[in-house]
Amino acid sequence: MDFLRDPYTFVANRFQEFLTGLGLAPEWVLFISFLTGAFILATSAMLLVTMLIWIERKIVARVQDRFGPNRVGPWGIFQSFADLIKIFTKEMITPTGSDWLPYNLAPVLAVSAVLTVWAVLPFTVTFYGVNLSVGVLFVIALGAVGEMGIILAGWGSNNKYALLAAFRAIAQLISYGVPLAITMLIPVMFSGSMALNDIVLAQDVWYIFLAPLVALIFFVTNLAEIGRAPFDLVEAESELVSGFNVEYSGLKFGMFYVAEFLHALTVSLIFATLFLGGWRGPGAVEYPVLGIVYYTLKTSLVYFLIILLRASLPRFRIDQMMAINWKLLIPLSLSLLMLTALVYRLVFTQPHIVRVLVLLAVNGIVFGVLNLILARVEKRNSRRPLVAEPRPVARAESISSNTPVE
Amino acid sequence: MTPLQIVFLLVAAITLFSAVMVVSIRGMMHAALFLVLTLMGVAFMFATLGSRFFAIIQILVYIGSIAILIIFAVMLTRNIMDAEVASLNRGWWFFAPLALLIFASIVLVLSSWSAFATLRDLSSTSGENILEFGKALTDPNGFVIPFEVASVLLVAAMVGAVYIAMERRGGRG
Repeated sequence: MDFLRDPYTFVANRFQEFLTGLGLAPEWVLFISFLTGAFILATSAMLLVTMLIWIERKIVARVQDRFGPNRVGPWGIFQSFADLIKIFTKEMITPTGSDWLPYNLAPVLAVSAVLTVWAVLPFTVTFYGVNLSVGVLFVIALGAVGEMGIILAGWGSNNKYALLAAFRAIAQLISYGVPLAITMLIPVMFSGSMALNDIVLAQDVWYIFLAPLVALIFFVTNLAEIGRAPFDLVEAESELVSGFNVEYSGLKFGMFYVAEFLHALTVSLIFATLFLGGWRGPGAVEYPVLGIVYYTLKTSLVYFLIILLRASLPRFRIDQMMAINWKLLIPLSLSLLMLTALVYRLVFTQPHIVRVLVLLAVNGIVFGVLNLILARVEKRNSRRPLVAEPRPVARAESISSNTPVE
Repeated sequence: MTPLQIVFLLVAAITLFSAVMVVSIRGMMHAALFLVLTLMGVAFMFATLGSRFFAIIQILVYIGSIAILIIFAVMLTRNIMDAEVASLNRGWWFFAPLALLIFASIVLVLSSWSAFATLRDLSSTSGENILEFGKALTDPNGFVIPFEVASVLLVAAMVGAVYIAMERRGGRG
């Protein structure tokens, strides 16, 4: 029964007892159990990605009125495994003049930077790698390590398009890192802790109800950080042949591919942790195994949104992307940070419902003001219409009747 | 030997090796990449000492911004990436003994200090206290003036950078 209630603690305790029984010193027991845990977590994350690729292809196909993969296994569920086996057999080409160490280190860094985030994610009340006291900072810092991976890939492959794409990617990641860090401060402020499990524990009310606009900014910023549509300029086939990974083939390219999908899943997990209450739900504290179910549901919702946006939105131009960040997201997130801090301080001692209503009202006012400002800006720089003027000659009815309609 | 000691020895060896490579390797780009490795090693040192906050800040500030800035500066400087620039300049015969002399005198002064060779017992302090650190930075009796002066300096640097980069309308470009 104890196993069903909290399988993680049960298995971990049994494993540590087994290691102690072998006569190992306590620090070695700790080291080996952490190593095993990290290995299992990382492996299952990577295996999960193969399923995520299938899900994403299926959903995008549905949006585009196609079937998607449907040959390998029921509903094509084993398509990703077939692709995986195929990519193992591909030749790994090393371009002439490439820098050996950066070229080979880059894919490893790209995957490991994302995987390391999983060390601080709380999956249930008891199931987490480490409840790091600076968890939020840790997540931001690992973004920087991922940026190093992109630079190394761009530099190491001795290709000017790869280098240009790396520059562009870094510009995007660094710019969007600013509102990302600012918006991550808000849950820290509400909960008074930077440890992710403590943030979850403090969420008697999900923070998305206390700060909906901040959650929205966080979501948009994360879309840019993972380089998904509409921010997928990093992989612009039309301008940069493909992106910083153009010179990679075979399994090394597969690593970047896995890193991208894993990153999308990881930011969904972080969003669910910071704003949707993480593993919280009815009975999740008494029965930690339920926490995984709630966490999976919340994460799937965010991930589904990311896929839907990818399937439905066109790509931004680079100047539009930068303008949105520096002229809209950063001022907005900064003013929201100050406003939320001030208002939350005032209603700090009130019951939950008052806090939620006041902060929702503040967010509504900010949204209204923002809407007014944006409407005025829109009116000032009026764009030319996106659709071309109707041209009489080229229309079907004017060709058939031989008389111009307009 | 505990696992922590093994990890420490490995990381220390890598850090020292890459620190030597930073100053000795030909090619600016490789030196910058080894610098990143060195800084990463220092972050590991903080982590093994139990200071999570400074380990993370080390990665965030030094690798996330400063190292990337250096790499960009190297990449955007013309004729510096491919040319194998000489790593010694003409005055090395004068400055190398001078640097050695300064190092020796620092070691001499420090070794006469009684606390130099003794390890401080850190086991009584459990981890670190970020809250105290943050309060000290904003406390008028603490470090609020150095903290604010540093921010003013950064703002001044930023204004200067914007001024240099700004396109002037009309007149001289």
